[in-house]
Amino acid sequence: MNATLAITAVIFTVGFVTLPVVWSDGDLRWNEIEEYEHRSTDVAAVENPLYKEECGSCHMAYPPGLLPARSWTKIMARLEDHFGDDAELDLDTHKTISRFLIKNSADHSDYRRSRKFSRSIGSSDAPIRISDTPYFRHEHDDIPDRMVTGNPTVKSISQCDACHTDAERGTFNEHDINIPGYGRWDD
Amino acid sequence: MKNHILITALVISIPVGFTRAESAIVNKLLQDYAALGAATADAERGKRMWEETFSSDGEFPERSCSSCHTHDLTRTGKHVKTNKEIKPMTPSANPKRLTDGKKIEKWFKRNCKWTLRRECTAQEKADFLAYIDKPS
Repeated sequence: MNATLAITAVIFTVGFVTLPVVWSDGDLRWNEIEEYEHRSTDVAAVENPLYKEECGSCHMAYPPGLLPARSWTKIMARLEDHFGDDAELDLDTHKTISRFLIKNSADHSDYRRSRKFSRSIGSSDAPIRISDTPYFRHEHDDIPDRMVTGNPTVKSISQCDACHTDAERGTFNEHDINIPGYGRWDD
Repeated sequence: MKNHILITALVISIPVGFTRAESAIVNKLLQDYAALGAATADAERGKRMWEETFSSDGEFPERSCSSCHTHDLTRTGKHVKTNKEIKPMTPSANPKRLTDGKKIEKWFKRNCKWTLRRECTAQEKADFLAYIDKPS
């Protein structure tokens, strides 16, 4: 009887100790799967507070993985005329943000969509608009103007997050598209 | 009765304390502008300039502070080009405003250059600051 009790106690103890380990391992794997899926389909999310503050005040903080390093270098070299706006930064901030952009640029990223952006651009080209890259154009060529420039809520094709509801997290897949006034978009 | 007075005093002193903390930065900047030759800040003059339209070229030939920030400093604005929301400018509607001197200078530089096509003078910045701090 005592032996049975002891064995039961051992089983319970082992169970209580191992169960959480097994579960947490499962959680870990689940996170890894999610991370892998994101990596294998999209671009890295923006998680840099300085970049978000300095570059995300006037427009969406575009994920750096949408343009190659040479494009970011070109953009950062002309901030005093940034698409018609003055976006100058002090020297330290400029350096830190440049380093972040280059490190996470499309040609330095292993995220699938970043690689697609990177591959679509000729090696001697350095577009300064994401919307000028061949991959972007290919993905958006069947969207009528009335849904974008003619749409008061969207106004411009550069407002990614007007339709890509999860753009800030680097997700641009079709399921997350919601065009204001038109709804979901299916190819 | 004594307790009531104490509580009332506390309740009154809390907002006053906040106002003081905010104004410290505004006062410091106003002193800096005065050292650069600005006369006393005039919120009325700041308001007039805020609403003035300046001519430019390109995509936006007519530019004003209110193009993006609206005429009402307690309201949320919208970037005229990108459509991005801009939180209210005045501290009474957005307590984070006017709490960081470096940030204030950065935006004066950028936005004066876009709107007026030049940097603002110390006097203009003093007037804007007075207006943004307490719009009339």
